[in-house]
Amino acid sequence: MYDKQVRRRRAVLVVLVACCIVLLTVYFGESERGTLHATQRGAMEVMAPVQEGANRALKPFRDFFGWFGDTMDAKQERDQLRKDRDKLQQQVVRLELEQNENQQLRGLLSFDRTTNYQPVTSRVYLRSPSTWYSTVQINKGTSDGVRVNQPVINDAGLVGKVKSVSNGNAVVMLLTDQQFGVAAQAVRAGEPGAILPAVGAPGDLLLDLVPRAKRVQPGDRVITAGTVSARLPSPFPRGLLIGTVKRVEGEGELDRTIHVEPAADLRRLDIVQVLTKPTAELTASAAKPRRTGP
Amino acid sequence: MTTWSGGAVARIAAIGLVGGILQVTTVSQVLVFGVPADLTPLLVASVGLLCGSVAGATFGFFLGLFVDTVLFQTLGVSSLVLLVAGYGAGRVRELRDPGHSLIPVAVGAGAAAVTVIGFSVLQFLLGVDAPVSFLLVRQILLVIILDTLLALPVYAVCRRVLLPYLPDDPRRRRRRAYTTGGLSPLSRA
Repeated sequence: MYDKQVRRRRAVLVVLVACCIVLLTVYFGESERGTLHATQRGAMEVMAPVQEGANRALKPFRDFFGWFGDTMDAKQERDQLRKDRDKLQQQVVRLELEQNENQQLRGLLSFDRTTNYQPVTSRVYLRSPSTWYSTVQINKGTSDGVRVNQPVINDAGLVGKVKSVSNGNAVVMLLTDQQFGVAAQAVRAGEPGAILPAVGAPGDLLLDLVPRAKRVQPGDRVITAGTVSARLPSPFPRGLLIGTVKRVEGEGELDRTIHVEPAADLRRLDIVQVLTKPTAELTASAAKPRRTGP
Repeated sequence: MTTWSGGAVARIAAIGLVGGILQVTTVSQVLVFGVPADLTPLLVASVGLLCGSVAGATFGFFLGLFVDTVLFQTLGVSSLVLLVAGYGAGRVRELRDPGHSLIPVAVGAGAAAVTVIGFSVLQFLLGVDAPVSFLLVRQILLVIILDTLLALPVYAVCRRVLLPYLPDDPRRRRRRAYTTGGLSPLSRA
């Protein structure tokens, strides 16, 4: 009797472990259109209304617990915001002058710039608790025009990109996910680079592959570089704010590590927008041939 | 647990479903010292401690599958670590039959550690595309500490839900044996 129990227990364990390994192997090896991925999307579609309802119902409790953490951070945040406000006031004056100049130059060049990204506003209703998977789920999908790899922003800046989508909802991969990457540029220095996440440090991004890293200084803003080659169009339009350089480690040109703080608060995402036409600024009219005669 | 009645299975499934939904919609969005708590290893450890190793392993497998499906993560990873945690918690019950009231805390902490560290090891084995910061160790430790603090309330809730299907707990069994004879010093005299 005892032997039978021991055998049964071990058999169950072996079967379950084998199932896990098989699932893992098949899932890891198949493409996004594979059976398991499709099943996952289907299950997500079925569970989405329940999760969204639970999210709305539990929001007061979430806000209540979040209030304690916010209160502890409030004083420090207030002092930091006062310093930022003073710096920004000076920047606003400078930027207004540059904007005027920009408008005049654009008029002179007859540059037809259409900035119609057709954003789709959506709500975040689910978040992965894992440090390794930095994803959220939103309540808009293919029926609303959302497609894979479209950029996602909020009022502060770039949030991530669409990783997977079903009919009525989508999974958004955040900037801090291990699989995320985007071509970027430090605005003041003009240096290009690539933004990578620092896994395990949720509020930290790395600006890597910068040719002249010494020119990038703390406080520099980092934006998306956009499409730099017509053969390889970027899914991200140029100029989306990614974050601000927080600190730079290392002395040499090659061993510098540039840490960037994301502009968007990725821990408290609620309303986001998916840019369903991120390449709208690259319009056909910009490539129209000029008329040379009557 | 010696019997697998439909009611017991339904209650365990309900614990998994409600606990899983609560985790992904609410708990993972409430940050304490910058990290969210993770209820899944605590649920699995509680079921294992109450119902045995087979139930704990099976519950861990299906709860992990549910979480991976809902969060669009690699299938099989959470299932593997949670089934190990559930099996281990169940074996603690089967081998030791512990009666101390703080055992759920210790087992919950152990399950959280196994889950979080096991998940990280599997991610490294599957290949990580981005540089990994040493702050990951801090994140892991904070999650374990947070889960340790939540272990007892989660265990209490699971026990309350499964109470009609549980055998007597070890303390009640020992108390009954003492009062009804056998262990009484008077009867030995």
